[in-house]
Amino acid sequence: MSGKNFRRRFVIAVPNLWLILFFMIPFLVVLKISLSEPRIAIPPYSPLWEWVNGNLKFNINFENYSYMWEDSLYINAYISSIKIALISTLLALLIGYPMAYYIARSPEPRRSILLLLVVLPFWTSFLLRVYAWIGILKTNGILNAVLLWAGIIDEPLIIMQTDVAVYIGIVYTYLPFLILPLYANLVKLDDTLLEASRDLGASRISSFFRITLPLSMPGIIAGSMLVFIPVIGEFVIPTLLGGPDTLMIGKVLWGEYFSNRDWPVASAVAIVMLIIMIIPIMVLRSAQNKGAEI
Amino acid sequence: MSEHILAAETKPWREAAAKPFVRVKNITKKFGDLAAVDDVSLDIYQGELFCLLGGSGCGKSTLLRMLAGFETPTSGSIEIDGQDMTGVAANLRPTNMMFQNYALFPHMNVEKNVAYGLLREGVPKGEAMQRVAKMLDLVKLDGFASRKPHQLSGGQQQRVALARALIKQPKLLLLDEPLGALDKKLREETQFELIRIQEDLGVTFIVVTHDQEEAMTLSTRIGVMDAGKIVQIGEPRQIYETPDSKYVADFIGSVNIFDGEVDVAAPDLMRINTAEGPVVCEPLAGLTARQKLHVAVRPERIKLSRQPVEAANTMRGMVQEVAYMGNLSVYRVQLAGGQFVRVTAANGLHDENPISWDEEVYIGWSAAASTVLTQ
Repeated sequence: MSGKNFRRRFVIAVPNLWLILFFMIPFLVVLKISLSEPRIAIPPYSPLWEWVNGNLKFNINFENYSYMWEDSLYINAYISSIKIALISTLLALLIGYPMAYYIARSPEPRRSILLLLVVLPFWTSFLLRVYAWIGILKTNGILNAVLLWAGIIDEPLIIMQTDVAVYIGIVYTYLPFLILPLYANLVKLDDTLLEASRDLGASRISSFFRITLPLSMPGIIAGSMLVFIPVIGEFVIPTLLGGPDTLMIGKVLWGEYFSNRDWPVASAVAIVMLIIMIIPIMVLRSAQNKGAEI
Repeated sequence: MSEHILAAETKPWREAAAKPFVRVKNITKKFGDLAAVDDVSLDIYQGELFCLLGGSGCGKSTLLRMLAGFETPTSGSIEIDGQDMTGVAANLRPTNMMFQNYALFPHMNVEKNVAYGLLREGVPKGEAMQRVAKMLDLVKLDGFASRKPHQLSGGQQQRVALARALIKQPKLLLLDEPLGALDKKLREETQFELIRIQEDLGVTFIVVTHDQEEAMTLSTRIGVMDAGKIVQIGEPRQIYETPDSKYVADFIGSVNIFDGEVDVAAPDLMRINTAEGPVVCEPLAGLTARQKLHVAVRPERIKLSRQPVEAANTMRGMVQEVAYMGNLSVYRVQLAGGQFVRVTAANGLHDENPISWDEEVYIGWSAAASTVLTQ
C-alpha cells in the first residue's frame, strides 16, 4: 500500500521537479532581478537583501515597473507585439484551416505524405530558414526577379525590413503549429454528421459553418494559441526580416539586456510579458475543458 | 386514432393496378469492380413499413444511401412520388434518414438538433419551436429539450434521432438499423413504438436491418437481400412460410434442409428421395423426375415423440442435445443417415418425464410442412 503510494508520488515528482528546476527557479531569479537597481558591476544589479551591521536589509525597488509606464516605448512595444501576434495568428488561421481540412479529408496514403510535408521544414534549422527568406524577399532577390521577369511589376518591391516581411516570416514559421492540432481535431469529425446535416436540407457551405466549424473550435483555439503565445515574444524574425520601425517586445528585451545592460528593466519587461501571456493561456485551458465536455 | 390510409391494412402490393410510391428501377452501384447493389428493382407503396433484410455486405445499406442521395447509382433510376431523383442532391430530396449511430450533433441540445431541419428550410423560429415541442411529445422526450446528446441514454438518443428525421414530415423516411444499438428489452419495446409512430404519421418507412426478428415484427413487407440482389420480396408470413430459395429459408428463422431429388411428381403425390429416406410434400407443378432440389422443414412443424408418430413423413433418431429455453425446448436429433434435425417443442406444465439426451425418438411432419426449394 505505502509502496504503491510512494511510486505514485515519485511519478508525479518527476514533472514537478522539472517544472521547479527549469521554470519556477528561473522565473524567481528574473522576478528578483526586476526588483533590484541597475549597477555598473558584475552582476549588473544590486542585491535584493544584504547584511548591514548584523541586520538584514531589503532593497526592494519597484522603479523598473513604474519606469515602463513613463517611457511610451515599452507600452507601444507591447501593443505592437500583440497586434503583430493577432494579425499573424489570423493569417495563419486563414491559410492553415483549409490546409488542415484538406489533409484531414484526404485518403490515407496521401494524408501521411501531406502531414510529412507540413513538418518537413522542422528538419532544417529555424535560423537557416529565416535567412533563406532574406534571399527570397530582398530587393534583388528571387521573388522580385520572378515578378520582374513575368512582367507583373516594373520595379522591384521593397519587402525586406518592413512589417510585411515579418508577417511572411512569422506565418511561414508558425503555420505547422496551427495545422497539427487543427488536423488532429478535424480528422476525428464524424462524416455522418455532415451527411445528417445535408439530409436535413443544409447545403455544403451551410453544413460547414454549422457543423464542421463549431466542432473544430477546440482545434482552432489550441492552434491559434500555439501561434499567438510564442509570436508575442518573437525576437529572431523581427530582427532578421523587420526594419528599425518594427517594434516588438522581444527586440526591446534584447536591447535592454545586451545593448543597455539594464538587467533590472529587462527583467521587469519580461515579467510583464509573462503576465500578458497568461491571459491567452487561461483562455486556451478553458477552451480545452469545454472541448473535453463534448 | 389514425386518419391515414394504412398500407398494413389495404395491402396495395396485392393489386396489380396500385401505383407504387417509390420505384427503384434496375439500379446498380459498383465500387471499383465490385457491384454492391446489382440490378435491383423494387416497388414500395404509400404508407408501407418496408424492411430490407440481409447479412452484412449484402448491399442493403448502399441501396438505402442511394435513396437518400449520398451515393450515386452507377446505372438505373429511383423515382419517389412520381419524381425522378437522378441528379437531385441529398439536401433537396423529400427523404430524411435516421442514421445507425444516430449522428446527433454533439454541440447542439435536443431542441436544436430536432429544429435543425426546419430552420434550414426557412421555417420561422417560433413556429419551428412549436413543432419541435409537439414532436418531442410524440417521441416522449418532453422535458429533455435542453439536454445535450451525451447526457442522454442510448434509447433517448435513438428517439431524438427519430424526432429529428420526422420533423420535416418527409414523404419517405429511411432508417438504417434503427434499433441496432439498443439492448434486447428496449429493442422490443421500441419496435412497437416505431410502428405506432409510423401509423400515426402515415409516413412511408424503409428500414434496413440484419435482424430477421425485427424485420418480421415491424414490416408490412420484407425484401431479403443477398450479394447485391433482392432474392425475395413478400409479407413476413409469406417469407417465413413459403421461402422460394434455400438462402431465404435459412436466413429467416431456423430451418432443417434435406437435399434430394424428385422421385414422384404426380398431380396427387409428390415424393422426394433424400439421404434420410423419401419425403412427401404437397404436389407442385413444373417439377420433373430426378430434378435435384431441397426440402425445408421448420423446427416447430416437427412432432417429437417416444412412440411412432402418425404423419406423412416419419423418421427415427437419437436426441443429441437439448436446450431448455423456458417456454420451449430445442432438440437436436441425429437421424439414422447421420443428418442433424432441429426440433422445437413447447414445454408443458409440470412435465414429469421430458425427453432427454440419448433417447431414441420418432419425429414426424405433414406433407404441407415440407417446403420444396428449387434454388
